[in-house]
Amino acid sequence: MNLATSDHDDFSVIAITGRLTASGAPLLRNAVGDLVESGKPRIVVDLSGTEFIDSSGLGALICGLKRARVSGGDLRIAAVPDQVLAVLRLTNLDRVLSLHPTPESAFDGR
Amino acid sequence: MTARFVLIRVLALLSVLFGANYVVWRWLDSVHWDAWWIAVPLVLAETYSLIDTFFFSLTMWRARERPAPVSPPEGTVDVLIATYNEPIDMVMTTAVAAKRIAYPHETWILDDGARPELERAAREAGVGYLTRSEDWDNKPRHAKAGNLNNALFETDGEFLLVLDADQIPDPLILHRTLGYFADDPALALVQTPQWFSNVDEADPLGSQAPLFYGPIQQGKDGWNAAFFCGSNAVLRREALMQLGIVGYVRDVTTSTKRALKVAESLIAREVKSAQDPQLASELVRLRETISTARTDIARGAPIADATFAVRTAVERASEALVARDFSAIRADLEVIAQMPIERDAEIDAVVIDEVKLDRLATAELSPLGAVEAVTGLLDALRIDRGHEAQPVQPLATISVTEDMATAMHLHALGWRSAYHHEILARGLAPEDLRTMLTQRLRWAQGTLQVMLRDNPLVKRGLSAGQRLMYFATMWSYLSGFTAVIYLAAPVCYLVFGVLPVTAWSVDFFARFLPYFIVNQLLFLVIARGMRTWRGQQYSLALLPVWIRACVTAAGNVWFGRSLSFAVTKKDGRDTRGVPWREIWPQLTAMIVLAVALCIGLVRLAVGTADGTGTLVNTVWVIYDLVVFSVIIQAARYRGPQRDSANVAAAEGAA
Repeated sequence: MNLATSDHDDFSVIAITGRLTASGAPLLRNAVGDLVESGKPRIVVDLSGTEFIDSSGLGALICGLKRARVSGGDLRIAAVPDQVLAVLRLTNLDRVLSLHPTPESAFDGR
Repeated sequence: MTARFVLIRVLALLSVLFGANYVVWRWLDSVHWDAWWIAVPLVLAETYSLIDTFFFSLTMWRARERPAPVSPPEGTVDVLIATYNEPIDMVMTTAVAAKRIAYPHETWILDDGARPELERAAREAGVGYLTRSEDWDNKPRHAKAGNLNNALFETDGEFLLVLDADQIPDPLILHRTLGYFADDPALALVQTPQWFSNVDEADPLGSQAPLFYGPIQQGKDGWNAAFFCGSNAVLRREALMQLGIVGYVRDVTTSTKRALKVAESLIAREVKSAQDPQLASELVRLRETISTARTDIARGAPIADATFAVRTAVERASEALVARDFSAIRADLEVIAQMPIERDAEIDAVVIDEVKLDRLATAELSPLGAVEAVTGLLDALRIDRGHEAQPVQPLATISVTEDMATAMHLHALGWRSAYHHEILARGLAPEDLRTMLTQRLRWAQGTLQVMLRDNPLVKRGLSAGQRLMYFATMWSYLSGFTAVIYLAAPVCYLVFGVLPVTAWSVDFFARFLPYFIVNQLLFLVIARGMRTWRGQQYSLALLPVWIRACVTAAGNVWFGRSLSFAVTKKDGRDTRGVPWREIWPQLTAMIVLAVALCIGLVRLAVGTADGTGTLVNTVWVIYDLVVFSVIIQAARYRGPQRDSANVAAAEGAA
């Protein structure tokens, strides 16, 4: 798994390529932690390059959501591929997280 | 199908048929209504036992040895050793053995006691060491389940071997079990037996459970309901994590709906009483946002969006009001501080105090106060589960025994489990009666808690067989009440000549004996030379423990009373001696039985009692006395023989 962080106007994007599983989870957690600590708790996770996600990966997203919200921000997910969507549906996590078409539109209007 | 297996099925079927024949006759034709106060309880107790027989027969219907896995072992593994206060030496012995497991893996000590000397020992031995992160400060810790959940987020193996601190694993434990997971991608757990090395042949405390870690688990496995027993089991990380995510979604959905409902009614009341038009319009806007969020969620919109919108609106409203309304804040703060919503750590669910909620709803809050109250509500129930150290909790925290609840949740999600019948870890059993009684009480309480909170009979996602297999175990813990009746009935007859059945007639024996004999035969064939007698003795002799477990579990679940929960001692013996307070009921029962026996024989001698009746009841009482004698044996037990040097060292340390 590879992970790249980039800053935008009023939010930051973490792009994940490859497989987001238990071994990649700490990387995501650290990336979220770094952003929150540097005062940028508005975060979009760009999943367009994510080939596979399992429940540990979802767990890392939820931990990130918690971290961001506790600091007054939010964590949103964007560009969700089909495999990831299937896993979100399986666990009902799509009832909690909303799926944004692109990272740029994730914080639109809010 | 082997001849033995066919025989078991035939006997199981006959047991239930003969049993039904007997109990139906008892109800319809032989209850001695004049003595209803003992006759009716007795026939109820017999009905309870028949249902128990049915569950046992059903379990045995599918009790077979599972074929070894076809696939070779594969996948990455973390070996997790959970400890809280066990001696460092014991933990390290287990850890070193775990490190020597032949299949490639990583070994971790999960130290809930956060002991620096254990950390040092782990580092020297080259095994991983984990304690709770600071996220857990001032949060519900959820005991062993919390310890394992914490470790799940610090490790990344595809499979987890869970060991208690005293369970020394065999080097081949992973080679023998991992193949099952490769064979079946929907398999979530493989349980192996718990076996104790510090127990001698006599086993006066009945620590070995050969019937459970054998035919019963095999039978449950046949119904795809092999239980998770907390240690000596391999679990699939994906299954546990999925359980955690699904639980998170469920918890967040219900708590958010409730919070928004209360929030809306609070603000609606403020709107009505608002005099100032600017204030009113601010509140109306807020109410509309909350109301929209509620409809959105009801329509299936993602909860994160809805709550984010409400939170933003609340913040804006509170900023707008703060300037106008300063004087009233002080009084409000007091009311708001008593937010009627709490997390119940034990049941891991939101508890809303309806009385206090009403008080909040009728309290004279200023508009700002109302908005603050909404903020409080959202905080109490927010999506990030701020009240918990971890938003996602894979292992169930519903009960003091997390293992059964976790397995049941996994089964409900469609995962499968397996029981591998081979001793692959050797542990230490309690060595004194007091510790053993504490442990049995805890198991019983945990099982009954799960039954009352999350009844398998109505739990969605379970198959009929799984429902019955879980319920069967819970049912067996209700036996304490029937045991009292089984003790009282012969005493009533021998002392007062009160007959609970209409007659000890041919009718009675013709129906009772086939049931009894077939039942014993079934047991004999299943046990196949195993030492099951201790288990039989304790299931009756521990009746005060079972009754206490029922009462405390009901008090906990229905009335929110806390269970006195104790970690079982694993290091040797409790030094407080014989637990008289725990065993006086059994000792009293034995005296009463013996006295009743004498009176019965005297009555027979002077000709005021019937011969057959006295014979039946004498046999009955002698059986009870033999069963109860185990308590005296256990109370006198001082652990297995050890060489004197060890004992001296142990005593020196204590």
